[in-house]
Parts: sequence; C-alpha cells; structure tokens
Amino acid sequence: MIDHLPILQVIVPLLAAPICLILREAQLVRWFTLIASVFAFVISVLLLQQVQAHGTLIYSLGGWDAPIGIEYRIDQLNAYLLILVTSISSVALLAAGTSLQKELTERKETYFYVAYLLCLAGLLGILTTGDAFNVFVFLEISSLASYTLIAMGRDRRSLWASYQYLIMGTIGATFILIGIGMMYMMTGTLNMYDLAERLPEVQQTKTVFTAFAFFMVGVCLKLALFPLHLWLPNAYAYAPSIATVFLAATATKVAIYVLLRFIFSVYGFEFSFSHLPLKEILVALGLMGIFAASIVAIYQNNIKRLFAYSSVAQIGYMILGLGIGSKTGLVATLLHLFNHALMKGAIFLALAGVVYRVGSVNIKAFAGLGKQMPWTMGAIVVGGLSLIGVPLTVGFVSKWYLVLALLESNWWPIAILVLVGSLLAVIYVWRLVEAAYFRPALQDSAPYKEAPLMILIPTWILVLANIYFGIDTSFTVGLSEQISASLFGVAK
Amino acid sequence: MWISEVPAFVPFFIGAVIALLTKGRLRQAILLITPVISGIHLLTVPVGTSLGFDIAGFSLEVYRVDKLSLLFGYIFHIAAFLAILFSIHVKDTLQQISGLLYAGSAIGAVFAGDLITLFIFWELLAITSVFLIWARGTERAYVAGMRYLIIQVLSGVILLVGIIFYAYQQQSISFSLIGLEGTAGWLIFIAFGIKCAFPMLHNWLTDAYPEATPTGTVFLSAFTTKVAVYALARAYPGTELLVYIGVIMACFPIFFAVIENDLRRVLSYSMINQIGFMVVGIGIGTALAVNGAVSHAFNDILFKGLLFMSMGAVLHMTGKIDGSRLGGLYKSMPKTAILCMVGAASISAFPLFSGFVSKSMVMSAAIENGYGWAWLLLLFSAAGVFHHAGIKIPYFAFFAHDSGIRTTEPPKNMLMAMTISAVLCIAIGVYPNALYQLLPFDTGYNPYDATHVLTQLQLLFFSALAFIWLNLRGMYPPELPSVNLDVDWFYRRLFPATLKPLFNGMWRLDAAFRGWFMDRLNSALGMLSRHAPDGVLSRTQLSGSMVIWVTILLATYLILSFW
Repeated sequence: MIDHLPILQVIVPLLAAPICLILREAQLVRWFTLIASVFAFVISVLLLQQVQAHGTLIYSLGGWDAPIGIEYRIDQLNAYLLILVTSISSVALLAAGTSLQKELTERKETYFYVAYLLCLAGLLGILTTGDAFNVFVFLEISSLASYTLIAMGRDRRSLWASYQYLIMGTIGATFILIGIGMMYMMTGTLNMYDLAERLPEVQQTKTVFTAFAFFMVGVCLKLALFPLHLWLPNAYAYAPSIATVFLAATATKVAIYVLLRFIFSVYGFEFSFSHLPLKEILVALGLMGIFAASIVAIYQNNIKRLFAYSSVAQIGYMILGLGIGSKTGLVATLLHLFNHALMKGAIFLALAGVVYRVGSVNIKAFAGLGKQMPWTMGAIVVGGLSLIGVPLTVGFVSKWYLVLALLESNWWPIAILVLVGSLLAVIYVWRLVEAAYFRPALQDSAPYKEAPLMILIPTWILVLANIYFGIDTSFTVGLSEQISASLFGVAK
Repeated sequence: MWISEVPAFVPFFIGAVIALLTKGRLRQAILLITPVISGIHLLTVPVGTSLGFDIAGFSLEVYRVDKLSLLFGYIFHIAAFLAILFSIHVKDTLQQISGLLYAGSAIGAVFAGDLITLFIFWELLAITSVFLIWARGTERAYVAGMRYLIIQVLSGVILLVGIIFYAYQQQSISFSLIGLEGTAGWLIFIAFGIKCAFPMLHNWLTDAYPEATPTGTVFLSAFTTKVAVYALARAYPGTELLVYIGVIMACFPIFFAVIENDLRRVLSYSMINQIGFMVVGIGIGTALAVNGAVSHAFNDILFKGLLFMSMGAVLHMTGKIDGSRLGGLYKSMPKTAILCMVGAASISAFPLFSGFVSKSMVMSAAIENGYGWAWLLLLFSAAGVFHHAGIKIPYFAFFAHDSGIRTTEPPKNMLMAMTISAVLCIAIGVYPNALYQLLPFDTGYNPYDATHVLTQLQLLFFSALAFIWLNLRGMYPPELPSVNLDVDWFYRRLFPATLKPLFNGMWRLDAAFRGWFMDRLNSALGMLSRHAPDGVLSRTQLSGSMVIWVTILLATYLILSFW
C-alpha cells in the first residue's frame, strides 16, 4: 500500500469523479467528495513523511521502467505542493455544501463536484508525474475541469469569463505542447530526468531555444504572469465562490511548480538563466505585475475582482523571488506559494460567507458589515493584514525572505519598491475596512446575520493557519530551504 | 510558583486581561496588585536569567536580565504602581487597561534581549499609550494624539528598517552595543532619538503630553522616554555625538519653559531638559557617567512623576492648568502644595533630595573627562531647571496672586501616590547608597563632599535671588495666555508666511507655467482614470487583445534567445 502512494494520490480523486455521477444525490456526493479529498490529503502527508525518511520516491506505472514507461517521481518540492493542494481543497469542500446551496441548483451541484474532483486529480497529476507529456495531459484535465467550474457561476458573465479562459488556456497548453514536442524531437525522450541528461548535448541549438521560449510563455500564461493575466480577474470574480477559493489558492501555484520544475530540473539553472536575460525579464515582469495589478485593485468595486487583481500582484512577488536567482530568493518564492494560498483561501472563503448572506460582493454592500458579520469581516481583515505583510502573519514571513534575498544580491532599490508595493496593498485592504467598519449600514435592508457556521469554521481554520505559520515557521521555512538547496544542488 | 523565567511583562498583560473581565472594586484591586506581585517576583529573579527560542532562523531572547535592565525593571514597577494608585479613582476601562498594557510594554522592552522583541514592544508602547491621550476626549487631544501616534509609529518603522539592515550586515539580531557605524547604526539611532525627544525630534512630547488626561500624563511621563534612554545606554554608550545632543537638550527647553503658560507643558519641557542630562551621561560613556545617566532616569521617573501628579491633582480639582489662571491654591490644597515642593526640590537637585545624588554624577563625569564646556552649560541649565520647575511651578500654582479659586485636597489615592513618591525622593536623597547598589557599575561615588554641596547651594541661592529680583522689578516674563511655538514654528508660521507670496508672485509672473502644470495634472489624472473599473488596464479585454500580449511575449523571448 505504502509503495503505491504516488499513484493513489492521483487515482483517488480521478476515480471518485465518475462515482459521483453514479451516486447522483447531491447530499451524498457532497460528503463523498469531502472524504475523497481528505483521503488525498492523508496520502500527501504520508508521502511527505516517506520523502523525508527515504529521499525521492520513484514509482513506475504498470511496472514499466522509464524511459519506456511513465514514471512518477516525488521529491520534497512535489510533496510540499501536494500537501498544499489537498489541504486547501479539503478545507474549501467543508464549506462547499452550504455555499453551493445558495449559488447552484441541486442538479448542477453534482456536476460541480465531478468537475471539482477532476480538477483536483489533474492538479495532483501534474504534481506527481515525472513525465513531460504527462504534465501536458494532466494540465488539460485540470484546465477543462476548471473551465466547467467557472462557467457554473450565477452571474451570466461567468460564461464569457470561462470562454476567454478556455481560449487563453488552450493557447497556453498548445505552447507547452509545442515546447515539449520540440524537446522530444531533439532528445527522443519525454521522461524529465532523461531529458535533463540528454538536453546538454543539444543545448546550443535553435530548436531547444525555441522550445524553451514556447514552454515559458505557455506556463507564464497558465500562472497569470503580468501581462498574460488578463483572463484571471473575470474568471475568479464570476466563478462560484468555492471554485474561486480552490482555483485562486491552488491552480496558479501548480503552474509555478511546473515553471520551477522545468527551469531547475529539466533545463537546468545554468541554461535557463544564461542563454537569455531571464533574470531581468522575470524581475521586470514581476515588478510591473506588482504595481499595475495593485493599482488596478485599488480602483475595483467588485471585491472578488479586487482580490483577483491582488492575486496577480502576489504572483508578481513569487516571480520576483525566482528572478533573483539565488537560494534565498527561491525560498521566498516557495514560502509565498504556500502563504499566499493560505491568505487568499481565507479571504475568498470569507467572501463566500458574504455572498451567502448578502448576495453581493460590491463594495457598497459591505457598508456596516463589520458590526453585522464580525467573524467574517474579522477573517478578511486578518487575511488582508497578511497580504500587506504585517508581522505575526504569514505574509510577513515571505516578504521578509524576499527583502532579505534582494538585499543579499544588493538589489536594494528593488527591495524598496517591494515595500512600496506593500503600501498599495494597505490602500486596497483599507478601502474594504473603511466600508465595513466606518460606513453606516444601508437603511433599507434588515441587518444581515453572521455567515453560517459551516462557512465560518473552514474560514477560520485558514485564518488561524495564517497566524500559526506566521509565528511557527519551522515547517514552511525549513522545507522551503531544503527544497531550494536541493533544486540548486541539481543545477550544479 | 515563582519560576524566574517568566518574563516580567507577562503578569501585566495577564493582569490587563483579568481586569478587563472584572468590574468595580475587584478590578481596582487587580490593577493595584498586578505591579506589586510582579515586582515581588522580579526581586527574586537573579541577574543572568534568560529566556529565548528560535524562530525563522533567528534566536530570539525575549527575556534578558542583567543589572542595567533590572534597574529599569524595578523603577518601572514602582512607577506603574504609583501611576495606577494615582488614577485608581478613574472609572474608565480604556484608560485603566491601556495604562497597564503600556507599563507592561515598557517592561517588556527593557528586558528584550534581541532587536525583534524590542521592536514589537516599541510599537506596543506607541499603540497602548495613545489611548491615554485620546481619553481626554477633547478635539485638541484627539489631534495631538494623532500626531503623537504617527511620530511614534514612524520611529518604529525606522527602527524596523534599521534592524533589517543590521541583521543583514551583522548576521545577528542580539540587542547589545550597536554604535554609529553604517546605515543600520544611524537608522536605529534616529529611531531611538525620536522616542528620546532629541532636539528637532521632540515636538511630539511637548505637543501631546499636556493634552493627555490628568492621570494619563503620569503614565506617559514615566515610560516612553525612559525606554529610549535605556535603549541608548544599551546600544550607544560612549558615542560622542550624544554629548552635544544632550547639552542642547538640556539647554534649549529652559527658554521655552520660562515663557510657557500651561504648567504641564512647562513640565514637558523640563522633562526634555532632564533627559538631556541622561543623554550627556550616556554620551560620555564612562562607568560613572552611565551610572549617573541611569540613576538620573530612575530619579526623574520619581520626581517628574510627583510633579506631574501634583499638577494632575490641580487640574483634576480646578479644571485649570494655565499659570495665568491659577494661584493661591496653598490655602485650600496645603498638602498638595508641600508635596509639589518636595518634587520641585528634587528636580532642582537640592542636597538631601534625590535629584542631587544622580545629577552630580553626570556633572562630575563631564568635568573628569575633559568636557569642561559641557559642564558649564549643564550648570547653566541646572540653574534654569531650578528657575522654571523648582520655583515657577509651585509659585504660580500655589502662591503668586490669589486667583480666588477655593477647592479641597484631591482624593485620598492621589495624595497617597504623591506621598509615596515624595518619601522615595527624600529617602534616596538621604541614603543614596540604596540606589547606588542597584547601578550597573561599582564606582564608590559619594555625592556629599563639600565642593558639590557648596556649588549646588550657591547655584540654587543665586538662581532664587535672580527670580526674586526679576519678580520684584517686574521684569519676569508675565504669565500670559499664549501659544508658544518652537520648531513647529517652521510648519505653522514660516511656511505659510513665506510660501504664500512666493506662489502668488510665481503665478502672476508665469501663467504659462501654471497652464503647463495643469496640463500635466490633467494627464496624470487621465492616467489614474485608466485604472478605474472601466479604465484601460482593468476593463475586460477581448480575447484577441489578450493573445496579442502572448505573441509579444513569445517574440521577446525568441528575439532575446537568438540575440
């Protein structure tokens, strides 16, 4: 059983999806999905234990050894993200039942869970596989499922958002496929570690350069790097609340994983950062993302859209950390990966509570909510503080490492820009606080009740995680440092 | 039960929580007993106790006990107890709780063994204390409190930036000797300086302290600046720059204190003056000088607290605090008048009062180490202190012309708190060795030799003579209701007065420039509107234009790869 953990990680949600269709009954499906997700979480925890005890796990699918068969490889980086994805997915599902009752019809609910599980399976597949083509396949599974999830939103604009995401996502995936195809052409293998061994021989060919360019652009599109982020705000804003929680906290993070995996493990650090000014490109785009998206976020009236833009800005921080090209910079990226999932998970879950009671996420609807829904608004405020990077929250930890990495590389002007960027976050978070706490409630409506417990509990699990991991950083920082060291070790 | 590793601020924070949950007499009892229990506990804590743990790759030392921190720990406990006793009659939850938290934060700060812990308490000091100002409830208090908060938080932010630089340069965050080297040293120095009310950075103090509640000022006077003095003594002893800064601090407030009408503002200026003595001591940096600085901080908390208490009592009973509207109160408040005079005698460093035994240490150190000019200026400011704090305060409040106000003695708790302070002032003055034993260095110093006593007495008598002579000749600046500005003159008077004609002239001369400026402004606004919900950057784009960006980026990558 323990030996088969890597494949079980993917198979469990993948098989659970069709079973949901057989179960049909929304109530049953709800619990079944939750159990499947929790099961996946347990597997991911076991996997991390295995990896920590025995080093990288290698699993040959169907007993065929690589490079003929498909190989699943789990090292610390994979295990770290697996835990992130499965835990956020489980917490989001806790709230799903209550939230979806308001937002979807019962018939659609079952389909929602099916799509959700498929999306989860796809993401987990990307994270476990050691095969480049397999990455593409799972990427498509998760993407197609997420287009469905987004299209289910109440607002009819969700159809448009989903359609645009479909177009952009498909272009991205095609680019990735072109990149992988060219690599296959040059090396005759699809296994990542085989690729890493054979690529150096053909490194200086134009085909490999082109492959790298296509691949990078495709992945950057999937991770919504500025200016390829345009699909993201609408997709997050109009999707059902729970889908937003799940996608915002996990989907872009998995794309960043793919980026890290290919830059460090397949192409190698030396190649990736030497044949074109990748450092400069990433730092520039990261900074532009931080500023452009934060400024736009300040002017948003739809709060879900506001936080969607803030996500684009936060991705900017992660890319900036990567662009520094040092161990500490990578640690900052890895930390922010995890921490941003916690913040945005908490905020979007709290917004799900607001949608449940108020029915709107326009800033006007927030007037006076601070008194009427203290726990929900409290969660958003803590999440917001974390976004800003206030000490004792996770946001502080990742910003600290980012600034540290910048200072180490003597890029202190950029360190100052990063801190200024945090001030922009203060502004958009403050707008919401002002509306919720300082503006009187609208007269013509009855006072809203606090969000239901089934939404509050998962929200506060994430809020407390925000604070806990902001204080006890041994898990996140320890693991990130090990991962960073091992990724750079591979490069040398 | 008395585990010595329990940090001294913990009882205060726990006490604040319990006090929050209780009411009436029980809360009063808890408020009073918290510093007592914590203080008794602190007496059992041996030097060298330490509590630390690792976080984010740094080893934090939350609790570090040595002789220096212990001295401040003791006096902060005494000050907390006296301030709480003085304010025990106030039925305001916010003031009571924030007072206790404020004292706890100050204690946490002096026992902090690393810079991160120090930073946390540094900010807590600012946040908890501002409520004591706002609690006054007036518009002026609100605005002054806001300015106070902004400046205090700014000091914290500068400190944080300094710490980041320091941690990066030194690979350590332990809070010990820092010195004025590199950016980090200067940033931290400025942060400390703001809280310490360095000249030009001092406005928050004279601005906000007199606006706080009668009881709140007693809390405020004890902690914030003394934490800064402690921090300087820890991190920058022997920095020569501090001698110059300290001398300026000791001298310039004299002039403002003499013309100021609000008696609590007079005390605020005299507070800067006293801190000046401490800063000089730290700047000289010898064992005797640092001893003098910290023991003067110890005494200053007591006698300045006593003076603020007596003025608080006057304000509490009469509702007035301006020298021009008070006078003749000795008839109805004789006990307060006597207690106030004890405080005045202490601050003026009369022999047998506490100020004498610590101030003379700083003076001796100055002359021993070749700072003759500093000694002379300090002597001048010592005379000035006697003038404005020693004579002016009691004279205008309790004697002078009879203002006709008839009132009674303040409540018992206020009298008790003042009495205890007064007894301590005299006790330390009479038996200074009790204090000297607690000092970080052993110097065997004795303040009661003939030279010192004589110099000081001459100084005091001639100073008093000058006051009487000026007063009899009618040349003493009369107490008038007025607003006195010092450095704030720049931003309250000079800028409006000079900039207005400048702008007028400019606009008349160069209308074209204005037009150009307006164009720029409009285009800037146009830029901003691009970010509004329908603006270019945040409008929902067509899929085609999204793809254009993909193409552009791909082209960029390819061109750069083949370059």
